[in-house]
Amino acid sequence: MSWFDNWHLPKWFYQMASPKWFFDFGARLQPWFAALALLFIVCGLVWGLLYAPADYQQGNSFRIMYVHVPAAILSQSIFLMMGVTGAIGLIWKMKVAFMVARACTLVGASFTALALITGAIWGKPTWGAYWVWDARLTSTLIMLFLYTGVMALNQAIADRSVAGRATAILAIIGSINIPVIKYSVEWWNTLHQASTFTLTAKPSMPPEMYMPLLFMVLGCYCLCAWLVVQGTRNEILDQERQASWVARYLEDQ
Amino acid sequence: MYFTSFEQLISMDGHGFYVWFCYACFVLLVAGNIWAAKHRQQRLVKQIKSQLRR
Repeated sequence: MSWFDNWHLPKWFYQMASPKWFFDFGARLQPWFAALALLFIVCGLVWGLLYAPADYQQGNSFRIMYVHVPAAILSQSIFLMMGVTGAIGLIWKMKVAFMVARACTLVGASFTALALITGAIWGKPTWGAYWVWDARLTSTLIMLFLYTGVMALNQAIADRSVAGRATAILAIIGSINIPVIKYSVEWWNTLHQASTFTLTAKPSMPPEMYMPLLFMVLGCYCLCAWLVVQGTRNEILDQERQASWVARYLEDQ
Repeated sequence: MYFTSFEQLISMDGHGFYVWFCYACFVLLVAGNIWAAKHRQQRLVKQIKSQLRR
């Protein structure tokens, strides 16, 4: 297959595979992610909590949306990220990709837990119950179990490359759950409302209600980017401690 | 500002507990994640430095 032999991935893809390159590049990206995350999240929180008008049906409890929706979006995005980086690690045998996947687990699990907790709290004044076995809620709970499964597998296998491959397979198979979560509100009759926020359609809310949400979603993406880069850089330090560049880096610390 | 008084901001017409609890969870979780990442970095730096000295 000559077209395949002549086909090359962009240069940055291979640079990313170098632990030292990722460590240095990540360090340069982090201040930007941190600044953007702080700006967007502070604006979004203050705007959503103090300035957005109350919902005509749900009253002030709808303000929970500004933490619940970003948490839910991020929990799924991070799971997909874990699956994709795991697949990259398997296909191209890239250590760094497995490290990124490993850095995703705790961040993703905690955002899934946050989505479930805030959802339960929101359910009480809105539906009258903290928990119902609805398709959206159940599939999200399954995602939390998948995250804990990945974490347990990572802890159980001492060899990092074996652990990386094993968790990658679990993350790839577990990704089947993501479309189930996404379309659960359409496939089944659920109590959970449909998406308030889509990329393609105009929001059904007025701007003073959806702008804070947009800020929170963007801010949480930046925050998670910072966390995953920091987690990956920690993994690199841990696994590359024998490398001479690590010793040189630590001398300057 | 949507609220007219501080009491109203706290009570949120009876939804105050639910809303503030969720926001507190968010702040705690974010702070916890940042702390965990920074703490692990510091621990690794210290640990590897002492290994290098040997």
